[in-house]
Amino acid sequence: MQRKEPLCLKRKVLFCVAIIGFHRAVPMTELSAHLPQFQHGQLTENFPDNHLSNTNDNSERRRHDNSERRRIDNPESETNGQPQNSMQQVVEQDEEDEELTLKYGAKHVIMLFAPVTLCMVVVVATIKSVSFYTRKDGQLIYTPFTEDTDTVGQRALNSILNAAIMISVIIVMTILLVVLYKYRCYKVIHGWLIISSLLLLFFFSFIYLGEVFKTYNVAMDYITLALMIWNFGVVGMICIHWKGPLRLQQAYLIMISALMALVFIKYLPEWTAWLILAVISVYDLVAVLCPKGPLRMLVETAQERNETLFPALIYSSTMIWLVNMAEEDPEAQRKASKSSTYDKQATPNQTQNEDADMDDGGFNPEWEQQRDSRIGPLESTPESRAAVQALPSNSQASEDPEERGVKLGLGDFIFYSVLVGKASATASGDWNTTLACFVAILIGLCLTLLLLAIFKKALPALPISITFGLVFYFATDNLVQPFMDQLAFHQFYI
Amino acid sequence: MGATVFFGCTFVAFGPAFSLFLLTVAGDPLRIIILVAGAFFWLVSLLLASLIWFISVQFSNREDSRLQYGLLVFGAAVSVLLQEVFRFAYFKLLKKADEGLAMLSEDGQSPISLKQMAYVSGLSFGIISGVFSVINILADSIGPGIVGIHGDSPYYFITSAFLTMAVVFLHTFWGVIFFDACERRRYWSLVLVVASHLITSGLTFLNPWYQASLVPIYVITISMGVWAFFTAGGSLHNVLACLSCKQEEENRVMVYSALQVPVED
Repeated sequence: MQRKEPLCLKRKVLFCVAIIGFHRAVPMTELSAHLPQFQHGQLTENFPDNHLSNTNDNSERRRHDNSERRRIDNPESETNGQPQNSMQQVVEQDEEDEELTLKYGAKHVIMLFAPVTLCMVVVVATIKSVSFYTRKDGQLIYTPFTEDTDTVGQRALNSILNAAIMISVIIVMTILLVVLYKYRCYKVIHGWLIISSLLLLFFFSFIYLGEVFKTYNVAMDYITLALMIWNFGVVGMICIHWKGPLRLQQAYLIMISALMALVFIKYLPEWTAWLILAVISVYDLVAVLCPKGPLRMLVETAQERNETLFPALIYSSTMIWLVNMAEEDPEAQRKASKSSTYDKQATPNQTQNEDADMDDGGFNPEWEQQRDSRIGPLESTPESRAAVQALPSNSQASEDPEERGVKLGLGDFIFYSVLVGKASATASGDWNTTLACFVAILIGLCLTLLLLAIFKKALPALPISITFGLVFYFATDNLVQPFMDQLAFHQFYI
Repeated sequence: MGATVFFGCTFVAFGPAFSLFLLTVAGDPLRIIILVAGAFFWLVSLLLASLIWFISVQFSNREDSRLQYGLLVFGAAVSVLLQEVFRFAYFKLLKKADEGLAMLSEDGQSPISLKQMAYVSGLSFGIISGVFSVINILADSIGPGIVGIHGDSPYYFITSAFLTMAVVFLHTFWGVIFFDACERRRYWSLVLVVASHLITSGLTFLNPWYQASLVPIYVITISMGVWAFFTAGGSLHNVLACLSCKQEEENRVMVYSALQVPVED
């Protein structure tokens, strides 16, 4: 009994921790799902039916000479037969905006590919080496029904119930979030986020480090460990919630996404996990596109108040200047620019400061704040910036295109990594399945960005990738793997 | 077995692919996207081929090993044909993308030429094909074991690695030749590409008689390489010019003149 107690206690602690951590993931998911919408009159009226006329105008007026860099890519957009449509839906007749709109497609896709790939690599590497995350140590309380049942039917029923409970929890929490936001309980929200960040950065990483040490049989004393975890956690809190170098902030966001994904992989049983992935992408679709969806309401509320939403839940590929929510620059408060889901973490990079100073084409800090407050939605930043710059403003639009970036909600990172991690943990096809899911998710991300460029409205990031990922997982695991297995057995190559 | 074999085989199989990727594709976002999309197309073709094979196996007698072998050969042939079909589909897609990109650009020229796209798509097919063929084998090679203990060839890993390298190269060359043939409507080249793919796949059926399979495959690889080189516009003159490191001055003049305000004539 004595020996069992510590184990039970540890498990209970892990459960509680996982629960609180999960609560962290939910807002991440929600935010990843939504993309702010443009609600300009200008935007809508500039969705011309005569796309061709736009093309003609613009091609005459373009004069840039760095055309060899940063082209919008459209390899997959040709199915609609009108490639120029997808790229010609420019808000403003201003050539600057159009050029910027067109330039960044491929580069921004890659700016998202890299962190998503990195997160998945971390998760897969951990799954393959550290056995802790593939060991069944119980389930979360949100998935109370076990999958160790006698019959397949019972197992299916249990997993459906589990998924239903999980999704209801997510819906409830989203609504809670919306209510809190509507009634301006910012402190509660911030407190919640800070607590969950603390948990992720200290406790989960402590567990992770412990398991890695156990796997590689590394002897470590508590003092060194405490120092390491303390440093890691504190720097993480500073980077994520306040200021820090961009790369460090990105690295921390990737790490906490990976940690969260690993928790899900460990504590969600198999069928439940797949069902939850499927249902959450449907929920994502519904919540973002339906007029009464909670996410949409959240975004609209944020836009009405000219505020940004929760910090530290979005991965950003470029500098964001610190704009305190309470002390917004009034001229920076433009209706559409406050599209919610962008990260307000400030990371004033030295070089960028210097560039701005040296350049000084009127790029004073207020302008930069203004510019950054206009940094747009999750995935369609070029278009949204173009939209925002279409507004009458006193800023100069000729910024260096390199400084613009894209953002992606951390919930997307988490669920992509969960899919690939589960594929690598449980697939019989092993590496083939993992790679197939990886390629599928990347292509889904690409298509989502493309659709975003075409439709220029809030689109969820999960559905396409997760659908492709799931299709490829089941197809590769059940169809391709036996085939490749037989071929490899005879050493045939196709 | 162990790390030596794993690293050796990995580098043999994927060294050229990795270097090609790093040197030619990694720097350009558009090419990376074309690479990933090409891998996706290959995966879809493999999925369909596996589906066909799976269905055929389900309806057959599992006990009959000759039948199963025959079905596997059939499956491999179907897979090869489907790969080429999807290569053609990818060609169509890239052609449209090329037109779109050209229309969107300032000077009416696409930022990436069809030949570059042909090369990248061939490389993508090669990489994903090689990876799918050999990655599980490589993963197994780290662990303990004895190769060929039941009488199979002890050279399984190293020959797999060399075959994979050949496959990577072959797909790259086929991509270049195929796209060029489609572009210029040279249907005999198309037929030759498909035929050589079928022959290559068929030669692997001779494994483990490696002299009969590996050597001809490499002969085919080299000949395809030469053909692709000339298709892509290479020539002896180019090679000599490249080797003698001659600088071309005309390009520089054009760059400078582009920076100046154009003088109206």
